[in-house]
Amino acid sequence: MNTIVVAQLQRQFQDYIVSLYQQGFLDNQFSELRKLQDEGTPDFVAEVVSLFFDDCSKLINTMSISLERPDNVDFKQVDSGVHQLKGSSSSVGARRVKNVCISFKECCDVQNREGCLRCLQQVDYEYKMLKTKLQDLFNLEKQILQAGGTIPQVDIN
Amino acid sequence: MSITCELLNLTSKKAKKSSSSDKKWLKKPLFFLILCGSLVIVLVMFLRLGRSQKEETDSCNGEEKVLYRHQNVTRSEIHDLVSLFSDSDQVTSFECHKESSPGMWTNYGITCSLSVRSDKQETRGLPWNLGLGHSISSTSCMCGNLEPILQQPENLEEENHEEGLEQGLSSYLRNAWWCLILGVLVCHKIYVSHSKARGERKEKVHLQEALAPKKQQQRAQTSSRGAGRWRKNILLLGILGGVSFSVWWFWDTNEEIIMKRRETLANMCDERARVLQDQFNVSLNHVHALSILVSTFHHGKIPSAIDQRTFEEYTERTNFERPLTSGVAYALKVPHSEREKFEKEHGWAIKKMETEDQTVVQDCVPENFDPAPIQDEYAPVIFAQETVSHIVSVDMMSGEEDRENILRARASGKGVLTSPFKLLKSNHLGVVLTFAVYDTSLPPDATEEQRVEATIGYLGASYDMPSLVEKLLHQLASKQTIAVDVYDTTNTSGLIKMYGSEIGDISEQHISSLDFGDPSRNHEMHCRFKHKLPIPWTAITPSILVLVITFLVGYILYEAINRIATVEEDCQKMRELKARAEAADIAKSQFLATVSHEIRTPMNGVLGMLKMLMDTDLDAKQMDYAQTAHGSGKDLTSLINEVLDQAKIESGRLELENVPFDMRFILDNVSSLLSGKANEKGIELAVYVSSQVPDVVVGDPSRFRQIITNLVGNSIKFTQERGHIFISVHLADEVKEPLTIEDAVLKQRLALGCSESGETVSGFPAVNAWGSWKNFKTCYSTESQNSDQIKLLVTVEDTGVGIPVDAQGRIFTPFMQADSSTSRTYGGTGIGLSISKRLVELMQGEMGFVSEPGIGSTFSFTGVFGKAETNTSITKLERFDLAIQEFTGLRALVIDNRNIRAEVTRYELRRLGISADIVSSLRMACTCCISKLENLAMILIDKDAWNKEEFSVLDELFTRSKVTFTRVPKIFLLATSATLTERSEMKSTGLIDEVVIKPLRMSVLICCLQETLVNGKKRQPNRQRRNLGHLLREKQILVVDDNLVNRRVAEGALKKYGAIVTCVESGKAALAMLKPPHNFDACFMDLQMPEMDGFEATRRVRELEREINKKIASGEVSAEMFCKFSSWHVPILAMTADVIQATHEECMKCGMDGYVSKPFEEEVLYTAVARFFEPC
Repeated sequence: MNTIVVAQLQRQFQDYIVSLYQQGFLDNQFSELRKLQDEGTPDFVAEVVSLFFDDCSKLINTMSISLERPDNVDFKQVDSGVHQLKGSSSSVGARRVKNVCISFKECCDVQNREGCLRCLQQVDYEYKMLKTKLQDLFNLEKQILQAGGTIPQVDIN
Repeated sequence: MSITCELLNLTSKKAKKSSSSDKKWLKKPLFFLILCGSLVIVLVMFLRLGRSQKEETDSCNGEEKVLYRHQNVTRSEIHDLVSLFSDSDQVTSFECHKESSPGMWTNYGITCSLSVRSDKQETRGLPWNLGLGHSISSTSCMCGNLEPILQQPENLEEENHEEGLEQGLSSYLRNAWWCLILGVLVCHKIYVSHSKARGERKEKVHLQEALAPKKQQQRAQTSSRGAGRWRKNILLLGILGGVSFSVWWFWDTNEEIIMKRRETLANMCDERARVLQDQFNVSLNHVHALSILVSTFHHGKIPSAIDQRTFEEYTERTNFERPLTSGVAYALKVPHSEREKFEKEHGWAIKKMETEDQTVVQDCVPENFDPAPIQDEYAPVIFAQETVSHIVSVDMMSGEEDRENILRARASGKGVLTSPFKLLKSNHLGVVLTFAVYDTSLPPDATEEQRVEATIGYLGASYDMPSLVEKLLHQLASKQTIAVDVYDTTNTSGLIKMYGSEIGDISEQHISSLDFGDPSRNHEMHCRFKHKLPIPWTAITPSILVLVITFLVGYILYEAINRIATVEEDCQKMRELKARAEAADIAKSQFLATVSHEIRTPMNGVLGMLKMLMDTDLDAKQMDYAQTAHGSGKDLTSLINEVLDQAKIESGRLELENVPFDMRFILDNVSSLLSGKANEKGIELAVYVSSQVPDVVVGDPSRFRQIITNLVGNSIKFTQERGHIFISVHLADEVKEPLTIEDAVLKQRLALGCSESGETVSGFPAVNAWGSWKNFKTCYSTESQNSDQIKLLVTVEDTGVGIPVDAQGRIFTPFMQADSSTSRTYGGTGIGLSISKRLVELMQGEMGFVSEPGIGSTFSFTGVFGKAETNTSITKLERFDLAIQEFTGLRALVIDNRNIRAEVTRYELRRLGISADIVSSLRMACTCCISKLENLAMILIDKDAWNKEEFSVLDELFTRSKVTFTRVPKIFLLATSATLTERSEMKSTGLIDEVVIKPLRMSVLICCLQETLVNGKKRQPNRQRRNLGHLLREKQILVVDDNLVNRRVAEGALKKYGAIVTCVESGKAALAMLKPPHNFDACFMDLQMPEMDGFEATRRVRELEREINKKIASGEVSAEMFCKFSSWHVPILAMTADVIQATHEECMKCGMDGYVSKPFEEEVLYTAVARFFEPC
């Protein structure tokens, strides 16, 4: 019984994570990250991801503050924020966020406030989206573990 | 291009002229000139010396001759006299001797001295005593003449002296000449060296500023041009000097010739004059003697011993003594008082000489003459020689000339001459010599009156001047060349010509005075040459010679100077072109470096962007475009890298690394890299490394890989749809002795000819590599290699289209392909082979190839690698270690109909520690002994040898003997290419456990074997990690990143491998942490950080370390304080998201050791870290 549930959950997990990849939320780096997690550091991925999200909200806040003022935008600050965001998103494997960051950075380089604001909104949206998705994933993981199963290795390729 | 053309032109021109010989050329004529000059001088000196000596001897001889003749004459005269008187009276003759001796008294001194000469006569004894006396007298008479003779040497000496003076002058002149020439030469030399030095200085400057402004060049040019003009001026001066020298020489020699001619003339003239004078004097003396004879025998004896007949006879007989006289006559002094008595006594009247028409008288008959008019006294001729017998009875006093003569003669007591007048009868010009005959002996200091008183008669002799002179000249040599005039110069206002002709060269004449013994009369002899001065060839020839030599030498020098000028000009041009070429070369290198760098940077941007673009949501079409663009961009980058490589190699800036590496691993890498392409084309790719090649060698792996990749890439490019590419590595020593080859593959390859299609990897014929190996010098060189070096021989054999024979020569030339169509058909730039060759040369090896169109090509190269120390094993291998441990000791059977391919397979298996047997077919496998099949872990069957039916037999064999075997061997099928469906189909039959896609390589083989052999056992990825963990365990690592998430990820990743990680978030913090002493083993540094970025931080860290190291080295700080290391250098690895080359270079520049792309990937991290942490 339990094993059936576990298998079901495992399949569900697999499908979910594959869908995340396919929809472009995540990329290889996330699996790399997952590989880093082992018995010694069971919550490594979750920890990193939560760090990432905290970082995101913080950075987005500061950036939105910078961009709020219509005429005296500190693009340098925004740029460093975007850079940070890009770096962390690529480290985590948040592909969509990263892509938005790239265009964000371009806007920033040409000091396009409108574009920046748009990108900022997009980043905000994307990261929140990812956050919920990953939350679901972690929940699934937790369920599997509770059910006594192991989290299956997912080969994306 | 144009530059190189010009250069070529110039060099070829120069080669023709061969500038090096030019200087010698210049020196030779100088030497030649000097030689000529000295030769000429020596010649001139010699000639002069010889000439003067000859002259001296000549003059001496002449003297002697004269003396001798005189003696002879006198002697014969005496002989005559004696013979005449010997019969009549001897005593008188003695008296005569007595009488005559006092007259000669004064001349004893000279006679004594001369007697030495005439000792011959003395020895003749007594009978010649008289002769001796006379000889003395004769010599005494000669004394007057002798004096000049004796003086002559003095004269000669004087002349010699004069000549010496002249010689001195000429030698002085000559010396001056040589001084001048020497001076000119020295001046020239100094100038040349000076200008050369100046030129050199300029050259130096020129070299210092390779691209110096043209002004300077121009200046140098003008200076050289100036030097050329200078040289020409000097040459002109030299030629002028030569010309004037030759003119001077001509003048000098000519002058000498004229002088000599004059001298000869003078000598001859003097000689003639002397001889004439002598002869005359001899006659004079004789006449004198005759007068004494008359006085003695006519007046002294009574009755007279002489009558007309005796006189006639005597005079006739002694006429030879007076060859110059035409006749002698004796006239008696008859005062008027005694005229009648006298006339009566003789029986004829005294006749008067016809004076009025003396000049016209032709035939005078004395009977026709009138009787002499009455006068105080008369001088009628009583005796006369037969020749003048017509004047007997003619009164001599009646002729004006004769009268004057007679008067002077009796007054002076000496012989007296008349002025020349037409002689009677002969009508020749002549003179009459008159001697007075005295009746008593007069004292030597008798007064004129006494003399007149004592006079009793007169003896006259007439001289016929022309015949006289002619006779005389006949006796002398070279009468043809000389014309002689004799003048009576008593009357200074009017010279009377006594003899001579009008012929001859009047311009030059010599006058010698004649002394005929009459002081009141002066005579002169004028001599001149009959012929004009001949053209002085002796003067002209050498001077013309000198002139010609001068012009020749001048011409040669002129040519030389011209050539020097052209060569200098060429040199100048060359230098200019060289500078330009160098500048162009530098510009080219700079251009290449700049352009390739400048292209690379944006290319990286393009590539990066394309990659990002591909990461975005693209539809299939867009993706395809993007991928194509990306691929092209990659090709372009690799091309640029190649060009940069080429430029680097050309400028010699490329240096090879020296790190230990596993050659087999590299080859695996290359084959896996290229296997895709090869498999696409259906080409079989095989790698074989001889067992004698050590696992680890020291060299430059990346360059080695580059060469191999290039060669194999080419092979793949040029091989179409069939055949194989076979890479083999051997020790060069293995090939050296073909007879003792142990390596199976090599043996087979060497045994095969290229045409034999038999045993190659794929079965298609290939070119035998032996052909290219043979050409390697280094391969067979006997020189002993270093023991820590090995020479590898790598061969890449393909069955491609081959290289056309005519293109084989230029295959290694950069940007040259076999032909232009190649690049159209196959693409590529043709730079790869050239680079490969250069690289091989850098590895102290050689590269060669053999190729046959249509069959294929085989490229081979050698390279010297270091032997790795035994304990260093390559860490890269370690990840396979476990697998290999698993496989070691297993046995396998390889079934392959191709021997070489089977050997390759065996080689791969051997690497895994699996020993393999080979059989050529399934049938063979069935039939071979069971023991061979025992304990087989696997059977590898090549697809070519696959045969279902036969295999089923084998399978059956196995299943039947299942009991005996501990386990059923796994069956592997080796295929070049197999689609997935094929694979699954094969597998599904159950006959085969796995299909292995060739090329075989370690990693693939391990994977396959692991999957199949280790039944169901999953590959453990942790194993690899463990390796990394092994590497990083317990290592203190500092991670510097401003990004929290990144930091965390990095930390997590590193911790995973067992490292102790410390994180800091800024460069400054990192700096503080890394200030020695610290415990960190490595540092990962983010590049882009606020405040202080990674570059800056690293630079500072390195600075700190340097300071500390310096302090430690100088002993300022004890090393213990800083514990473990004697010198600090913490490895710093950059973490960066962008993979642009430029960034990488900058990392290295600021002192970083490595480079890890972010986000971390295991492989990358591993390779980056592995370099710093030796496995413990």
